[in-house]
Amino acid sequence: METIKIQGTEDTPKIILDSENEILEISGRSLPEDVSSFYEPVLNWLNEYSENPNKKTIFNFKLTYFNTASSKLLLDILMKLEEMHEKGQDVLIRWHFPEDDEDMAEAGEEYADIVDVPFEQVAY
Amino acid sequence: MDNKKDVKGFLEFVYEFYKSMKAHEITLVYEGEITHQITKAFTSLTESNMSKEDEPNSVQRKVFHVMVECLQNISKHADDFTSNDYLFSGRGIFLVSKGENEYSVTTGNAVENDKIEYLTELLENINRMDKEELKELYKRQMKEGRLSEKGGAGLGFIDIKRKTNKELEYHFLPISDDTSFFLLTSTISRSDI
Repeated sequence: METIKIQGTEDTPKIILDSENEILEISGRSLPEDVSSFYEPVLNWLNEYSENPNKKTIFNFKLTYFNTASSKLLLDILMKLEEMHEKGQDVLIRWHFPEDDEDMAEAGEEYADIVDVPFEQVAY
Repeated sequence: MDNKKDVKGFLEFVYEFYKSMKAHEITLVYEGEITHQITKAFTSLTESNMSKEDEPNSVQRKVFHVMVECLQNISKHADDFTSNDYLFSGRGIFLVSKGENEYSVTTGNAVENDKIEYLTELLENINRMDKEELKELYKRQMKEGRLSEKGGAGLGFIDIKRKTNKELEYHFLPISDDTSFFLLTSTISRSDI
């Protein structure tokens, strides 16, 4: 399966979707000019990946900032992962947040409330 | 001769303008089209100023959040006017001021009068809500709301209130029979909570 690697910029996150090496990660800042088109390849990749996933899927979110428009697209990604979990696939979300960032920790808790999927909070 | 007088008058105005900015502790002011490039430039400028001044991380993050949402409110929602060419889509005024105890971020943009009722209700509803209610509203809107054509998620005001923990102060001033100027100001406390 094709690997997606997108370098982070001041307004877009770094994205690695690498099935072979089992790295699924979104990190950095997210306030793209057009959120829908920015996250479209990620959602497409996940759709394809969910057809034939690895034994265990760990998706890492390590964001330092995201705007409200991004929050909606992040939820779309999480809902895709929830779907995989509902189909009986082994999925884990790791939500990383800076230890002094209460808002980012709370954002993780909120997502964990909304989606029904194993969810781990990791302070760093 | 006349021209010289005009220039002098104008420069005096600039000085008055400068003094009045100082008096109101305004650190950034802009009028015009709010684009993504402008949003990036203003947030990074303010961010580097705050970090130079050793503002606590939590304050920096909140100011950043509020600035982005306010700027995007204008760029995504400012009405498209065809009759008055100076009030076209995505334009507005944007101000950041820094006082001893707080930052404030203020925006102003033209809206059609028939939007006033909707905006007032929306803002009053958010202002009435406590932390828990806002959290539930945010979650619900994120789940059920749809992105507008311009990429608005309807979450900006809720997010600003949640991040600042203060009421959203707003005001409508008449421009003409069918349009008004919508002003919104959000304050972020500088004490690290």
